[in-house]
Amino acid sequence: MKVVYTDVLVIGGGLAGLRMAIAAKRRGHDAVILSLVPPKRSHSKAAQGGMQASLGNVIKGQGDNEDVHFEDTVRGSDWGADQAVVRMFVNTAPKAVRELAAWGVPWSRVRRGDRTVIINGQKVTITERDEAHGLMAQRDFGGTKKWRTCYVSDGTGHAMLQAVGDQAIGSGIPVHERAEALALIHDGGRCYGAVVRDLIDGELTAYVAKATAIATGGAGRLYRVTTNAVICEGIGHALALESGAAALGNMEAVQFHPTGIFPAGILVTEGCRGDGGLLKDVDGHRFMPDYEPEKKELASRDVVSRRMEEHIRKGKGVGSRFGDHLWLDITLLGEKHIKTNLREVFEICHHFLGIDPTKDLVAVRPAQHYTMGGVRTKPTGESPTLKGLFAAGEAACWDMHGFNRLGGNSVAETVVAGMIVGEFIADFCDDPGNEFNLPTGLVREFVEREQAKLDALVASRGTEDASALKARMQEIMTAKVGIFRTGRDLEEAVAELQQLLARSRNIGLRTPSPGPNPELVTAYRVQKMLKLALTVAYGALTRTESRGAHFREDHPRRDDAQWLKRTLATWRDGASLPELNYEPLDIAKMELPPGWRGYGAKDYVDHPDTPRRQAEVDALKTQYAGDRFALQRALLPYDDLLPARLRGRNERIDEPFGGTGRAA
Amino acid sequence: MSMFRPTATHKVIPLVPADGAQPGNGGRIRVHAMRYNPRDPGNAPRLQTYELEQAEGMTLFIALSEIREKQDPSLQFDFVCRAGICGSCAMVINGRPGLACRTLTKAVGPDITLLPLPGFELIGDLSVNTGKWMRAMSERLEAWVHMKEAELDLTRIEARMEPELAEQIYELDRCIECGCCVAGCGTVRMREAFVGAVGLNKIARFRLDPRDTRDDDDFYELVGDDDGVFGCMSLLGCHDVCPKQLPLATQIAFVRRKMAAVGFR
Repeated sequence: MKVVYTDVLVIGGGLAGLRMAIAAKRRGHDAVILSLVPPKRSHSKAAQGGMQASLGNVIKGQGDNEDVHFEDTVRGSDWGADQAVVRMFVNTAPKAVRELAAWGVPWSRVRRGDRTVIINGQKVTITERDEAHGLMAQRDFGGTKKWRTCYVSDGTGHAMLQAVGDQAIGSGIPVHERAEALALIHDGGRCYGAVVRDLIDGELTAYVAKATAIATGGAGRLYRVTTNAVICEGIGHALALESGAAALGNMEAVQFHPTGIFPAGILVTEGCRGDGGLLKDVDGHRFMPDYEPEKKELASRDVVSRRMEEHIRKGKGVGSRFGDHLWLDITLLGEKHIKTNLREVFEICHHFLGIDPTKDLVAVRPAQHYTMGGVRTKPTGESPTLKGLFAAGEAACWDMHGFNRLGGNSVAETVVAGMIVGEFIADFCDDPGNEFNLPTGLVREFVEREQAKLDALVASRGTEDASALKARMQEIMTAKVGIFRTGRDLEEAVAELQQLLARSRNIGLRTPSPGPNPELVTAYRVQKMLKLALTVAYGALTRTESRGAHFREDHPRRDDAQWLKRTLATWRDGASLPELNYEPLDIAKMELPPGWRGYGAKDYVDHPDTPRRQAEVDALKTQYAGDRFALQRALLPYDDLLPARLRGRNERIDEPFGGTGRAA
Repeated sequence: MSMFRPTATHKVIPLVPADGAQPGNGGRIRVHAMRYNPRDPGNAPRLQTYELEQAEGMTLFIALSEIREKQDPSLQFDFVCRAGICGSCAMVINGRPGLACRTLTKAVGPDITLLPLPGFELIGDLSVNTGKWMRAMSERLEAWVHMKEAELDLTRIEARMEPELAEQIYELDRCIECGCCVAGCGTVRMREAFVGAVGLNKIARFRLDPRDTRDDDDFYELVGDDDGVFGCMSLLGCHDVCPKQLPLATQIAFVRRKMAAVGFR
């Protein structure tokens, strides 16, 4: 039996995984990263439009700060987020974006003077300040009060991944590429590492580590139509779920992005609309202001996607042989802007649609985009129920997104959570109380169990085809667990997914070879994916309200009285459904008590505690008027939740520190 | 090792398809893919032909995925983003290195010959280990920003940069490490250790970056030899095949001039 020992095992080589490993390594702990693909090919790369951080450099971002970012994020989450975690996040995001600037990310910069921008379909001249010249620029994104999204043209994730990946190489962190974790090694209370399969030769190795971190991204490939890369199959989620000890939070919260190109589902960035692009229907009519007069195209993604589908249902879609779609119009932004700030969009339109977006409209329709749910963690990133297991980024339910994530908050979360959780992992490894004595028999047991499963698949005379089961699962998820959900559809989905799960135990391979066999990979993954799909569908069936991206046509109102709580799913070995429990969100501790989001539906069922907390908040606002920091401390103290080295205020042009820092 | 069971559509054909291949009937295309498992000593490289119906907007990603799902689940290839941004799927398409995911079958069909990218370790069929090559190149060229301070004060306003300089750095930073430039390189055939246009472009990128403390003397230590910039024969196949259209010709010439200046001192 091959065994690799390390201090920290990071599963996943995207931004969150790389950043956690760098943090641990810089604190003197050895880290090994496992990655299905070379790290710079991870799905983090696909983040186009930018990263939210409240720098407030551009004139349209003036007045931005952590408080505004906090409120936007909580409203975006439809009050599903953990507000203390949102505070940790918004205070660290400016530090993260500035660290990345020092690491070499070529952030687009502010140029002083006049420039013409498109706002609400109109050309407007704005004037950037002299003192902002050369600082990082921000663009507008959905669901935000200020221009806050820092960007590198529309290749932001790419540039971030280059810089962070390069720093990981510079730190000498080994990445074991084309390696896939099949199971966590644990005893029900403590995680000891993972059983890992080499995708080149098919051999299994046990990786034993003091701390294990899941950073495997999202599970978009549960759906047929998704913007996600083909590797985003939720396998990291499934590792935690199959442990029976760790829980998944809010898996029914699935985001659909308004602008997947039609029909391929490839993303074109929200920056298209942030920079002034418009959504139009079959008549060329700009329809979003009819539905959302406040934020129009720039309401949150859940709201815009629903409005688009609603408009298509009214017969206003553009017919095609693949079905109906709508138009994204960015022609008004002009060729120079598109070829500078939206060049990936230009290339994608050119190669996949054969059109020129400086002249032509882009066919779009909402597509699955982001998994808000994930491995439930404490604010430190550690599972509350499986010691030594950590998670960060899209794979985690930390939980800063609640039931809907804002654009620009996901790449931001990867590096922010990577920094924060990485420090806590280092603390964990420093603590002598976390050393363990591990019986080698336990490791052997886990390796042999996984080997036996693979051997059984290879030897199986089963009649089921793995690809066909996967395709059917994706069809069910897209058709019945999508943007609009009903109890009836969800019941049907759960029933058929259960059948598929049973059938997946009878898969037979057409090419029964044990080595680098893509069919074998599909077979063992689809068994895991079906459990996840059931967790999403069953959670959605059980949650009889609408919140954020989870919309039930038969329960269209947000119901704080019944449902202001987080879904926690666990899976017992051999079960055909997850076990669901609920973790209430405490209004008495909220800095921003539930209310209207500022866009979307205005009717919701209040929680009985909300008025009392709102009165307390209002009183504190009067008491601390004029001192936003003192008010914030009184409303929701969070500083002690952050690692010591990441605490502290953030300097801005309008909030200078003075002294002799680098501030100009 | 091949446990693959041929069916009527799976004809094994010679490595070089016969000239004068007939155009497909109606919308049918034929994909001739190289099959080879280097871990199987009894196995020889061969082309295998798959026939399928061409769909509207079909890319090689869609075609190969369909072949794997419906015809031959053992066929190895690499796709990740399928949107032309991650660099996983570079292969030789009808004799030319390119990104398979954004290649439309109607643009290259009806007969499409697919070979794995040369210059890299073959994993199997159309899958090559570009990741291993790129990591080794990055380590050798120390391809990361060498910062002035180890510990930054992250609470302070960031250092300024001229907007034009940020754009110039991004222009070179757009490299996706797909390996097409290495596959299209004449020097690599003769010098296995040649760093390729991808490596020289990185040197050009870090030279531009004021956040990197290194100077030309440092860069000369990394690429001032025949495995570096002086090995380039200026055939510039790299420039022609780069899917991101990076200005490789000018960047290599520029780096060579700067390194020559150090060498002549």
